[in-house]
Amino acid sequence: MFRVLKEVFIAIPKGMFVVFKQMFHKPVTVDYPFVKPPMAPRYRGLHFLERYDDGSERCVCCGLCAASCPADAIYMEPAETERGERYAKIYEINELRCIFCGFCEEACPEEAIFLGKEYEFASSHRDNFIYTKDDLLVKWPRTKPSEVKFLRPMRRVAWQQSEEGRPQH
Amino acid sequence: MLEFAVITGVKAFMVLNVLLLTCAWTTYLERRFLARMQSRIGPNTAGYRGLLTPIADLIKLLFKEDFIPAAAHKPLYLLAPLMAFIPAMLPLAVIPFGSTINLFGREINLVVSDFNLGLLFILAMTSLGIYGIIMAGWSPNSKFSLLGGLRSSAQMISYEIGLGMSLIGVIMLAGTLNLVELVEQQSSILDWYIVKQPVGFVLYLICAFAETNRSPFDLPEAESELVGGYHTEYSSMRFGLFFVGEYANMVTVSAVATTVFLGGWQGPFLPPVLWFVIKCFAFLFFYIWVRGSLPRFRYDQLMKFGWFVLIPIALANILITALFVLL
Repeated sequence: MFRVLKEVFIAIPKGMFVVFKQMFHKPVTVDYPFVKPPMAPRYRGLHFLERYDDGSERCVCCGLCAASCPADAIYMEPAETERGERYAKIYEINELRCIFCGFCEEACPEEAIFLGKEYEFASSHRDNFIYTKDDLLVKWPRTKPSEVKFLRPMRRVAWQQSEEGRPQH
Repeated sequence: MLEFAVITGVKAFMVLNVLLLTCAWTTYLERRFLARMQSRIGPNTAGYRGLLTPIADLIKLLFKEDFIPAAAHKPLYLLAPLMAFIPAMLPLAVIPFGSTINLFGREINLVVSDFNLGLLFILAMTSLGIYGIIMAGWSPNSKFSLLGGLRSSAQMISYEIGLGMSLIGVIMLAGTLNLVELVEQQSSILDWYIVKQPVGFVLYLICAFAETNRSPFDLPEAESELVGGYHTEYSSMRFGLFFVGEYANMVTVSAVATTVFLGGWQGPFLPPVLWFVIKCFAFLFFYIWVRGSLPRFRYDQLMKFGWFVLIPIALANILITALFVLL
């Protein structure tokens, strides 16, 4: 009986006072669509394909990203330019299959594919989740500076020196 | 006669509209305050700081599909929302909002109906509301609604006894059921019935929370346990009517508590109507505050609490009050 009275007349007002004090604290949530929460520096969002500083594509369509992809979300078909440079004719990522593990980024020997900070790519149609090369490649000229620090910002010198035609074997 | 009809009609119209607007913006206030209590921001997009949220809600509700289950008992199904909605608004008719004012050379009582059995009328209307809930629970022929309706009606009937008994102490001291006279008796703060009848006030508070199906007694629509209670099968504005009815009940209960226990429109400096509004909103804030603080009762706890704790205390309160009145 005494315990019950103590609960009613001490515990409940005490708890309610805590809630009242809480009203004057700053909310912990952010005003989302207008204010975006800070992202973790290593956040893995929507992919993008990087370019060299001269604007040419980095991806050589080696297939390592597709091979390393545990969800089998990457599809690519290679082709060659008239200068004999290999590139990806078709490069598609199914973002519905993708688990955003970042293995493609780790596997890439050309520093071509990265997982960005973009996460607002919801759509009401499945087909919109097949991201083609047009969607993935960064715009050129760049609209904003690259987020990526490259180990190898320039093309290999040997390639630059071969002026015209196929390189001689 | 015509003059009386016109004045009463205008008063009724104004009270009804003010009540509906209050209900709408109480939902907004509740969501905002509750959000702040839970460290969230709450609705803030529609209009300045989200003040137009109730209008957005209304538009949304009106444009939703008005669905009637195939197996429903149609007449009752259509009648139920009205039965829940209308009795919730009627008690406001007897509640005085202020003293008399002079308008166009006439003395106007700020009460729709100066009615001798006001308090009894309020209790009767609160009981009527249960019919709406029972009908809403039974008519759609759905087991979830039925269970919700059963729970709800059982709870409301149990706590109505406590509600009535908590007011009897006040009635005995006041010697009247007329709410206008009741307010006039509470001219100084020491005459407020919350001072004379503190136990009665606490009992009224608890029973009112249960009576309006609000947390911690919100079992009828316990979101985490039931599908949605008695209004599971309702959609569109029919659901909206239940929703508004619930908030109208809250406002009514606040108004009754203000009138009976907190001195009604009596208060210094400020105009009487403002005092009434301030007290009502303090009570409504308390509703929200409790919702933010206390967890829900279990069903057996609820029943046990109602029958074995509240009603005996209410009876003892009546007995002691009666002794004082007698001596």
